[in-house]
Amino acid sequence: MSIFIDEKTKVIVQGITGRMAKFHTKEMIEYGTNVVAGVTPGKSGQIVEGVPVFDTVKDAVAATGAEASLVFVPPPFAADSIMEAADAGIKYCVSITDGIPAQDMMRVKRYMKRYRQENRMVLTGPNCAGTISPGKSFLGIMPPHIYKKGPVGIVGRSGTLGYEAASQLASLDIGVSTSVGIGGDPINGSSFRDILELFENDPETKIIALIGEIGGPQEAEAAEYIRDHMSKPVVAYVAGLTAPKGRTMGHAGAIISAFGESASEKVEILSAAGVTVAQHPSVIGETIANLM
Amino acid sequence: MDIHEYQAKEILSDFGVKVPNGGLAYSPEQAAYRAREMGGNKWIIKAQVHAGGRGKAGGVKVCSNDNEIIEAASSMLGRKLVTHQTGPEGKGIYRLYVEAGVPIDREIYLGFVLDRTTQRIMIVASSEGGMEIEEISANRPESIVRASIDPAVGLVEFQAREIAFQLGIEPSLTQQMVRTLMGCFNAFQDLDATMVEINPLVVTTDHQVIALDAKMTFDDNALFRHPKISELRDKSQEDPRESNAADRGLSYVGLDGNIGCIVNGAGLAMATMDTIKLSGGEPANFLDIGGGATPERVSKAFRLVRSDKKVEAILVNIFAGINRCDWVAEGVVQALKDDPINIPVIVRLSGTNVEEGQRILAKSGLPIIRAATLKEAADRAVSAWKADKPTITKLKAIS
Repeated sequence: MSIFIDEKTKVIVQGITGRMAKFHTKEMIEYGTNVVAGVTPGKSGQIVEGVPVFDTVKDAVAATGAEASLVFVPPPFAADSIMEAADAGIKYCVSITDGIPAQDMMRVKRYMKRYRQENRMVLTGPNCAGTISPGKSFLGIMPPHIYKKGPVGIVGRSGTLGYEAASQLASLDIGVSTSVGIGGDPINGSSFRDILELFENDPETKIIALIGEIGGPQEAEAAEYIRDHMSKPVVAYVAGLTAPKGRTMGHAGAIISAFGESASEKVEILSAAGVTVAQHPSVIGETIANLM
Repeated sequence: MDIHEYQAKEILSDFGVKVPNGGLAYSPEQAAYRAREMGGNKWIIKAQVHAGGRGKAGGVKVCSNDNEIIEAASSMLGRKLVTHQTGPEGKGIYRLYVEAGVPIDREIYLGFVLDRTTQRIMIVASSEGGMEIEEISANRPESIVRASIDPAVGLVEFQAREIAFQLGIEPSLTQQMVRTLMGCFNAFQDLDATMVEINPLVVTTDHQVIALDAKMTFDDNALFRHPKISELRDKSQEDPRESNAADRGLSYVGLDGNIGCIVNGAGLAMATMDTIKLSGGEPANFLDIGGGATPERVSKAFRLVRSDKKVEAILVNIFAGINRCDWVAEGVVQALKDDPINIPVIVRLSGTNVEEGQRILAKSGLPIIRAATLKEAADRAVSAWKADKPTITKLKAIS
């Protein structure tokens, strides 16, 4: 199995009755994702894109044995839905929602710690494009056809920049084992380091592309992990070379507010840890090809 | 979202933090009246702008009579205050805060921030108040004390006491210090702040702990549940283009270059700016049109980028997942037909419905420069911009 999902993984969609969620549920089912149910409180009994809708995540899990969830719930209620998934025994959750209040996410992270490590849900996102293991399954909003199946693990904050990397690879006939979006928010479910550890232990992944950006400490934390614990080669690109200090660049988390948070400082930290840095966003694919 | 000092003080005061007497003034006469109303013999006139570093920039003046107040207020109102945080364009001074002077014994730095490493609210304090935190951490790092707050229980009193003792606060003032810390924390948590900074927090010679300055920033994503905070937004302190964009669901940041960018996704938008720079140009802006952009939203983005007079070329870079290239193409064509321009427009489309998008661009008959990759798009934008320069100058000379 790939790091989070494969074609057998039973998936539910929280907020499935929304317009966007319906559209992407259809895309996922067409691709081969094993979507078994949806959840929208008060809408049980409906059928959306051929799958049954339940009132609660617990009901959906009891009826279908679902293990993964995709959260499409609007920002004011998204944190609540993520905690509901964690409590219902979901193992892996992807949250697409952009705009969840930071303190709600702090509460979510604290809440997930209630569960013992072996029962604790893994969350990626929020504010991400999702996760895809090409040829098997995907949970998210990415255009799946741009990903070829292959040995490169991609982990990044930005959705569209991740697409850019995947399509550069595809044009060089290189494929992807799994691509994971960790999202552009300041408080997120999983860090670069968390995903790197999974890729290091994943037999399908031979080389990793890390796509970072300005703001926050997670690229520096990743650099330390790569230096001390990783045997597989890592290629990185950090966006925001021209971003001014103290300004939020679209993503709530993309703001240079402390030392070490600018693109050039992150590039320096990653290079010092032995990471091959693509200086230019259009050579991410080439840089990986050269290392393979 | 940022708010003014006087607004932050009003909020914190409701949460039990002591602040000096003060009043708001929109004119020099009102400032003098406020001072007289308050009584005393020393007042501080403070420019209300959304930026730090006001003191050094001439935005804070100590006065001891009516004439001095009127003079200080007249010199500030209606002017732009340029501090190291505002950029060269400065921020307009339209409101003044008149405050009673207090006798200062010592100054403390106190900050509450959202710490991304621990993913918790963190208190940062230092016995070296008055200086900025960057200066303190560079020059007196040993003076900084920190405490991390568990989101499940909030700030616990012993933590507040520990900070008071670590800062060397006189034991008889511990309770006042605890009250201040608790007040700031409760305001932070209840109102979804991302930053509360009191610099300086002072101990007066008559043994009071008072917030002499106050700064609060709020989480934009949480404003939906704080309508009273949303009302405090002051558009006069924002870049008009940025607030205009925000009101239209676009994320825009103005920069100094001359190649305008229209991109989907924040990461790709930053990467596009970087590529322009690496190709020898300078980006004029960051602009993310977001997901599911309709032709109308793309047209609006076009108008917004063009409203920046520095822009001499426009680069559209779209990698459509949740977006549709045909809609983007329609938006671009619409914008150019409604309002033709004589600067180069470079479009790179990729992803969902790309063939249809290319067809729309080709069929339009407009002189749009197309590119297949990000690098090609940036290279073409920079060379078109350079080649176009003499033409623009010529056109200007003729007209």
